Amino acid sequence: MQVTRTEILPGVWLSHLRTDKFKTACLSLSLLTQLKRETAALNALIPYVLRRGTQRYSDMEALSARMDELYGTAIEPVVRRIGEIQCLGFYASIPEGDYLPDGKGVLREAAELLGELLLTPATRGGLLLPQYVDSEREKLLETIRSRINEKRGYALFRCIEEMCCCEDFAAGRLGGESECESIHYKKLTKQYHTLLQTCPIELFYCGRTEEKRVAALLRDALATLPRGEIDYDIGTDVRMNALEDRPRTVEEALDVTQGKLVIGWRLGACMEEPDPAALYVFNAVFGGGSTSKLFMNVREKLQLCYYAGSLVDTHKGLLLVSAGVDFADRDAAQAEIFEQLDAMRRGEITDEELTAARSCVAGDLRALVDGQGELEGFYLAQALDGPDCSPLELAELCEDVTREDVVAVAQSVDCDMIYFLTGTGETGDEEDVDAD
Amino acid sequence: MQIKEFPRLGETLYTGVLPNGLVLHVLPKPGFRSRFAVFAANYGGAHRRFTLEGKAMDTPAGVAHYLEHKMFDLPDGDNALNLLSANGADPNAFTASNITCYYFQCTEKFEDNLRLLLHFVSTPYFTEETVQKERGIIAQEIRMGEDSPDSAVYYNLLRQLFASHPIRDRVAGTVESIAEITHETLYACHKVFYAPSNMCLCVEGDVDPERIEALVRELLPGEKAPVPQADFGPEEGLLPVEAVHREAMPVSAPQFLIGAKLRPEPGEAGLRQRIVALLVLRLLVGASSPFYTSLYAAGTLNRDFDYEADFSAGTGLVLLGGESEDPEAVLAALKDEIAKVCAAGFDPAAFERAKRASYGARLRGLEDFESVCVALATAQYEGFCPLDAPALLGELTRAECEAFVRESLRPEYFALSVIEPKKEG
Repeated sequence: MQVTRTEILPGVWLSHLRTDKFKTACLSLSLLTQLKRETAALNALIPYVLRRGTQRYSDMEALSARMDELYGTAIEPVVRRIGEIQCLGFYASIPEGDYLPDGKGVLREAAELLGELLLTPATRGGLLLPQYVDSEREKLLETIRSRINEKRGYALFRCIEEMCCCEDFAAGRLGGESECESIHYKKLTKQYHTLLQTCPIELFYCGRTEEKRVAALLRDALATLPRGEIDYDIGTDVRMNALEDRPRTVEEALDVTQGKLVIGWRLGACMEEPDPAALYVFNAVFGGGSTSKLFMNVREKLQLCYYAGSLVDTHKGLLLVSAGVDFADRDAAQAEIFEQLDAMRRGEITDEELTAARSCVAGDLRALVDGQGELEGFYLAQALDGPDCSPLELAELCEDVTREDVVAVAQSVDCDMIYFLTGTGETGDEEDVDAD
Repeated sequence: MQIKEFPRLGETLYTGVLPNGLVLHVLPKPGFRSRFAVFAANYGGAHRRFTLEGKAMDTPAGVAHYLEHKMFDLPDGDNALNLLSANGADPNAFTASNITCYYFQCTEKFEDNLRLLLHFVSTPYFTEETVQKERGIIAQEIRMGEDSPDSAVYYNLLRQLFASHPIRDRVAGTVESIAEITHETLYACHKVFYAPSNMCLCVEGDVDPERIEALVRELLPGEKAPVPQADFGPEEGLLPVEAVHREAMPVSAPQFLIGAKLRPEPGEAGLRQRIVALLVLRLLVGASSPFYTSLYAAGTLNRDFDYEADFSAGTGLVLLGGESEDPEAVLAALKDEIAKVCAAGFDPAAFERAKRASYGARLRGLEDFESVCVALATAQYEGFCPLDAPALLGELTRAECEAFVRESLRPEYFALSVIEPKKEG
């Protein structure tokens, strides 16, 4: 599997991966822009408004009927945050002609539709339709507010929000409630035109069609893309140290029966020249899976929680541990999480732990080449900030990570925030007298 | 092994029934690095009462799930989850109301991992102490489920729809019901439900079917054990027990689920019934339907809205739900749509488009090894092959889909479950 990357229009790059493995092809388009608190919600709204209707298919019913005709070709809005770069656009999944009843593919039609969604939205007087903008703004607000519904994700989001309170990263991929509330269709139309003119654009295709033909179809589909001076000056501000000498702590109460503990660290000096392989293996030893120290000790040995795991953001330079615990076990779980990290800093990593972590990470990377969505995500992140190698090459590098590499990461991390989601005392373990 | 070709889909399925009763499905996928195997027991949260060779047994809610948690322990003190992970595999397990699945995906050492999978699932090892130890972990998992609005809206609906069927109870049970489970309960249920005659192995990836069959013959017991018969209680009518139910939880906006019971057809007819139900739902409430697009534009529905046809443990359901400030309006609109179809039928052009879209969606579904293998295992106990679905879809007529709407989606069959935001203070 070989990925080629070419500039098919000014500032528009196509990563192309030719393969016969799949029954559907994938085609994605991402506008890249600097994540900023003030504009995050505004930007995030754009793909959703565009997906409401085009000049040719003026509402969702017409658009969806067109996609049904193309054998359920699905073109959906996608908003991501990779480090502090906001990626806005569409992800299309397109059935391959070889598997369709009439044997004819629909890539050309799908690419055309993708181009229409981006470039010829339904407008009046040159402005995006206010009813679409208002409706999608309300839905985006609902989505932002609904973060609270899933408590594990909510606790993680809140920890990052508090930890990175002085950085744009805290805006999240969708931005904040107050910035979203003030969005107006005229302001949105202006931002839409600015993004079209200035954003670098990443296209990713994975499927049976040759690069030349895919590039030609996309050049046609995007022929009317207005380009100005392209803003390549986008990137992520990596803070190396914690904000204060001691980790900050935040506790929040909601009506829940299980507490959520989230601890955040800066990856620290190891982000000066980040080695993704070492970071992945470090994470796998610490809390990345069922052979990790957190799983084996906090969950299996001490039974302090139902889940305890870690993740690293290699773009922003963060390490996060999240655990679901009984309120009463919070201190014990927290102490054990720090104890496990300290053990790693002292070099207490067995051969079994290291080997298991290396094979887990390498196995995941090797399996990644069998999934289109995973490939798309990998190559988009790579286009932004490397590493410049295939998933299989990265898997090899992970196999070579040493104990010293892992210990170095453990010694480099700097704890910045301890967040705990606790109960309100209304329900839970306490034997409450019914207030009624 | 029998070979079945699906030329339109580019798939070949190898199936064999071994002398010990185990069903084996292998779907070779040349060119892929990932290999996936699921070893499934026809045993889930709903299999609480059963008879084996005439003897009736009754067990507490949550045994199948408890058993799943403890199966990974091996007699020599090892843990199968760790052994598989250490081999670079990605192992996991889940228990649903009708099935327990143990599975792994890996790129290297597939045979070693498959041996380990077959070994640990057929080797029960529980002590009073290890079973006691797990109780706290499972209690935490149950509590996590109780805090989840998705799970609450679903189980509330099941309790509205069913009067006594064990599907009403959470698969994991309750903190109280699992208190009764001992190592002896687990041994007894393993013996009854984990015999090869009650199990199915499905493998997908770049593998040799003959080689896998040989491995299974070598590792699993040869004799065929009697198969238990589940008792899901008396057959229930199609009307719900409670039409509307509300509960308050800390959520940002009301979450809702609408459902109606279906009478599941057996065998091949069951597959057709599933395809009809899903196509009908797509036409009635799918992404291009006037129902969805108008409620979406009015702000009554958002992108969270989804629908499915769910068949499990002798039950059948149509479900649709998401987030809405006005769930009653959604239910009213659904009933209007149904009335329109009963009066005028489906639009012929929309019907053909929906078939195309459904075909594409099914093609996309075939990309995921896990869902294909789990579907093969589940369908095994229902008596059909899910890979027949795309071809069967082409045969469906408007008339039969309209008949389904008239007969199975009567307005009085529907129940509505709502989780409302908890008021402050």
